[in-house]
Amino acid sequence: MKFAVLRFPGSNCDQDCLRTLQDTFGATAEPVWHKETSVDGYDVIILPGGFSFGDYLRCGAIARYSPVMAAVREAATRGTPVLGICNGFQILCESGLLPGALVRNRGLHFICRQVHLRLENTASPFTRAGQVGQVLRLPIAHGEGCYLADEETLDQLESEGRVAFRYCAPDGSLTPGANPNGSLRHIAGILNGPGNVLGLMPHPERACEERLGSTDGRFVFASLLESALAAVS
Amino acid sequence: MKIRVTVLPKSSVLDPQGVATAEAIKHLGWAQPGRVRIGKVIEIEAPEGRPDDDKLHAICRDLLSNPVIEDYTVEFPA
Repeated sequence: MKFAVLRFPGSNCDQDCLRTLQDTFGATAEPVWHKETSVDGYDVIILPGGFSFGDYLRCGAIARYSPVMAAVREAATRGTPVLGICNGFQILCESGLLPGALVRNRGLHFICRQVHLRLENTASPFTRAGQVGQVLRLPIAHGEGCYLADEETLDQLESEGRVAFRYCAPDGSLTPGANPNGSLRHIAGILNGPGNVLGLMPHPERACEERLGSTDGRFVFASLLESALAAVS
Repeated sequence: MKIRVTVLPKSSVLDPQGVATAEAIKHLGWAQPGRVRIGKVIEIEAPEGRPDDDKLHAICRDLLSNPVIEDYTVEFPA
């Protein structure tokens, strides 16, 4: 199983993803420059966090037109798991692979801290190793993480079980104070229709080692590896 | 010629920058400003003439604005 970690000018969590996959999981993971036109041979594609193209115009708006994104779109259509973290989530929304948009945090500040999340969907290749309702502690680090979509889209996401993660209190409840950025319905991560594209604002790759304060992010990568094993068996 | 594209948050989208700026306007002594919205102006020079309307609107819709959260208007200033 081979992971591609895309690298745009301004990506800054690509090394975190590569390190986590290689060192923590012993997986094969390679950086892929945004000017590549193929992602053939990769089983999972990760769009890492950062500030691609300096967040010029809008977060992810320029990266969406990088040559590699046409290949990512094709791979996503074929069912390849595509994981967008933070800026990667923003790029997936801009590219239309996920619905909605991520805008400036309600409180205007860039927020860099640990938050609690409730896992809502364990049917995807990214979350199958978790349990519905499980509360996770993962770091966020973003200025534009407020998830917006129209009511119709939000209702569709809910009815199809495509909200994967919600910001919550430590006990799992959805209190207003537990929503760090004003995201509608506390949404922190969503899936596409077929379930093979996930975007989330929190950083699971930064929560895979004891020394980083949380290992709650491990299950995302463990799920992907488990899914791959299930696919070949 | 020039093409000037103005992009603003949709009226249905809360604009926290606009809200914060409205507060600052009040601090400057104007007590009752209406809603403030903050967007961007993009000026494109078109020395060889502008693209046809379909192309221009595609550029505005697909790149310069995000239709989920923003509206745009196009002008051709002298």
